[in-house]
Amino acid sequence: MLNFLLSRLLTFVPTFIGVTLISFSFIRVLPGDPIIVMAGERGMSEERYAELQAQFGFDRPLLVQYWDYMTGVLQGDLGNSFVTKKPVFDEFFALFPATLELSICAMIFAVVLGLPAGVIAAINRGKLFDRTLMSTALVGYSMPIFWWALLMIIVFSGWLGWTPVSGRISLIYFFDDVTGFMLIDSLLSGQKGAFSSAVNHLILPTIVLGTIPLAVIARQTRSAMLEVLSEDYIRTARAKGLPPSRVTYIHALRNALIPVVTVIGLLVGTLLAGAILTETIFSWPGIGKWMVDSIYRRDYPVVQGGLLLIAVMVMIVNLTVDVLYGFINPKIRKS
Amino acid sequence: MAEATANVERPGRLKEFWFYFRENRGAVFGLWVFLAFLFVAIFAPLIVPHDPSAQFRDHLLQPPAWQEGGDWSFVLGTDALGRDLLSRLLMGARYSFFVGIVVVVVAATGGITVGLLAGFAPKWLDSIIMRIMDVILAFPSLLLALVLVAILGPSLLNAMIAIAIVLQPHYVRLTRASVMSERNKDYVTSARVAGAGRWRMMFITVLPNCLAPIIVQAALSFSTAILDAAALGFLGMGAQPPTPEWGTMLAEAREFILRAWWVVTFPGLAILVTVLAINLMGDGLRDALDPKLKRS
Repeated sequence: MLNFLLSRLLTFVPTFIGVTLISFSFIRVLPGDPIIVMAGERGMSEERYAELQAQFGFDRPLLVQYWDYMTGVLQGDLGNSFVTKKPVFDEFFALFPATLELSICAMIFAVVLGLPAGVIAAINRGKLFDRTLMSTALVGYSMPIFWWALLMIIVFSGWLGWTPVSGRISLIYFFDDVTGFMLIDSLLSGQKGAFSSAVNHLILPTIVLGTIPLAVIARQTRSAMLEVLSEDYIRTARAKGLPPSRVTYIHALRNALIPVVTVIGLLVGTLLAGAILTETIFSWPGIGKWMVDSIYRRDYPVVQGGLLLIAVMVMIVNLTVDVLYGFINPKIRKS
Repeated sequence: MAEATANVERPGRLKEFWFYFRENRGAVFGLWVFLAFLFVAIFAPLIVPHDPSAQFRDHLLQPPAWQEGGDWSFVLGTDALGRDLLSRLLMGARYSFFVGIVVVVVAATGGITVGLLAGFAPKWLDSIIMRIMDVILAFPSLLLALVLVAILGPSLLNAMIAIAIVLQPHYVRLTRASVMSERNKDYVTSARVAGAGRWRMMFITVLPNCLAPIIVQAALSFSTAILDAAALGFLGMGAQPPTPEWGTMLAEAREFILRAWWVVTFPGLAILVTVLAINLMGDGLRDALDPKLKRS
């Protein structure tokens, strides 16, 4: 087990170095000079230009620049935003809870609906119910979620007037950030209506962001269940007279869950990509919107730092899934 | 007697493929929709009722023909500049198809070549290649594409390049995995003994036997490419207005979302139907090409 853990950790290191190389080269391969972009319309004197160049270290050899960049990264220093002048690292973690809250809700939505849907479809294989469910899942899987978000807004915010269009909570509520999770903070604030306002703001983004994971989980659960249900040990369990529900939910589902858990882990990347679109459309103040806005504003340190932090997040999640998978499944661990 | 023996003969590969593909009704349906999409993409300039960029100033935001205030000369209505929505959608099929083809060809050619190299290369080179692919896969694909476009400058061409780069590692991994499982089979050894050179081994001996999963991947990445290009267009980082690309059209329509449902609904529907058709086809391809699932 220890060997397995170490070997997985060892593959993490070169990937991490590669990721830093990509985010490092990003600002340097840009057409145009980031310092001139920073100066904006007003322009700047030559002395100021040289001063800034020295400040960012652009006048030194690339290798030295990379070394400085890496020492910074390892100490959590990703530079400051051109626009707000605040450290990128701090901005990222100030906004991250919003994205995390939305992603967790979307994932819960997807798992709670997707798992049972997949199991039921597998049990009713080939019947009308199975086919309807799987066709729906394929539609969900093919969904352009930015359009899906707009449709939801038209129907639920426009025609029915049930949900708000944007933001995390109604502007009439004010309270301090405790956890950064609006659902928890609004409860803690004790203000009447704050929690339900937060929930209302969450519903549409959750559904939109959760749609593709939902479809993927339903499809994956169904095929994993079908595979397991045709195994010999299931036939044995049936033959010795166990009730069908026990065979399905205890014997089969437990083994079918292994590939499903892996897929859920791999969906984290999909969620973060989806968050870019979902947050932009619903003006959700999280990482995705922050990245898109920074790209529009040419706030390069933010784009560079955000790219690195998001990639590291995805890598950590993948590593965890990998290790967990090896933990659950001894076959993987030994090979 | 003679007839009976003739019947036992193995059918041709294509015929066999079609036999299995046909069993999946969804896949056949997807194929028909895809062929219709292909037809529209090719002949769009001939079948559009109006010039897609012509602005009819008397018909701004006109609803579809069947709604009150609609007009049968603008079947699906017009957008905020008075341009015929149907014509723009038909023209848009061209861009989506173009994106799909170019991205798949570029990503597959690059990915297959690199994957073959990795599969046949010495271990150190193989690990370097695979680590590079891991690095690309560590970034959420849309985010990496977005940043690449930000570097290259927003345009449809750059969006296609970015998406091709992002999709390529999947082909590399898939090809390498197939090569690994084929490499030690007897037919490969016999080819080597017969004196086949390295390149011949890679491209003529082994590659054809690795194609099944790659073809399925090609179908799936065709739809991913269309979706991602539309998403980039929607974020203003893909095709630029007034190009009638579906994602870009959606971005332009966003502000009218509560006033004119049709300008938002139809472009998205076009994306969904196309992507769905291709995914249905991809499922059918997988069932037909994957021998493990074939019922003998």
